Amino acid sequence: MNETKYIEESFKKVENILKKLKETSNANAVLLIDKAGQLITSIGDISSLDLTSFATLSAADFGATSQLAELIGEKSFSSLYHQGEKNSLYISLVANRVILAVLFDSKTTLGLVKVRTKHASAELEKILDDLFEKLKVSPKKEVFDRSFLKEAEEELDKLFGP
Amino acid sequence: MALINYAAREINVKIVYYGPGLSGKTTNIKYIYEKLAPDLKGQLVSVATEQERTLFFDFLPIDLGNVRGFKTRFHLYTVPGQVFYNASRKLILKGVDGIVFVADSQIERMDENIESFENMIENLESYGMKLEDIPYVLQYNKRDLPNIASVEELQKNLNKDGVPYFEAIATKGVGVFETLKEIAKMVIRHLSSKAPA
Repeated sequence: MNETKYIEESFKKVENILKKLKETSNANAVLLIDKAGQLITSIGDISSLDLTSFATLSAADFGATSQLAELIGEKSFSSLYHQGEKNSLYISLVANRVILAVLFDSKTTLGLVKVRTKHASAELEKILDDLFEKLKVSPKKEVFDRSFLKEAEEELDKLFGP
Repeated sequence: MALINYAAREINVKIVYYGPGLSGKTTNIKYIYEKLAPDLKGQLVSVATEQERTLFFDFLPIDLGNVRGFKTRFHLYTVPGQVFYNASRKLILKGVDGIVFVADSQIERMDENIESFENMIENLESYGMKLEDIPYVLQYNKRDLPNIASVEELQKNLNKDGVPYFEAIATKGVGVFETLKEIAKMVIRHLSSKAPA
């Protein structure tokens, strides 16, 4: 199996785990975000959500609280909980690499969300560890070839003027 | 590191505007936000104090459109410039693909420019990154003010690597898009340079 194919297969598995998490925890949406604030994927009702901003702020939120954790002698906080009047947010770190955010309301409880998230995290961790192990050789070369460079530069000229 | 999402066929590139407090980083981003067509940009997110000083960061996503079947997006961030916000500044640098260093051209701000530049190198090193491995450009901002240092002076103090530099008046948009376009191209070239010919 080539690398791209392998990544796509792993990605499907990840999405299935997230779907299951959303259903079993009765949450509204589940998002996977990298630590630099970029959205990897999302499941559920996110039509009213500005996903890019959401991802950026979640990662910043997590980064800031990790620093807070260090100040009180903790390595990091493994999870964060933000309680709102209607919607709440539970954020946790998976495999020390990606941020899992669960958006939920009064249809479910924090306890259930926590338990289901813990299960899902364990499954995700296994897939992600395997994936990163396989990807020690960067797959970038498949995307960023000369023709990509040329097209990207043309788009930039179009956008900002030559 | 640029995030490539193969399944969604997306590439996200992170560009950070760095520099001392009040040098005009947020002004750059705000100008870009105001001038870009709505279909090319996302929400401008600002985590700022009540006095409009950046507390954590500003963030603006820009869509480059489809490149070879990949939806390519630039994420622009600013750091808070004030010295005591270093913890936040460091966080924003995580995963950076390209840097715009915005310097304040006023003579009395030269020391702060140099200090901020050194602070940037230190913060990158804390992530095991070296400045010479990251595409970056310099922007000498506030060229319309009376008490400014010459470009030669700024070059001597800040541009030891001889990277591209731009004179700017960010409040009027002068040099803003030129700076952005150059760093965007440099990042794409840098990513491509790692690929075989």
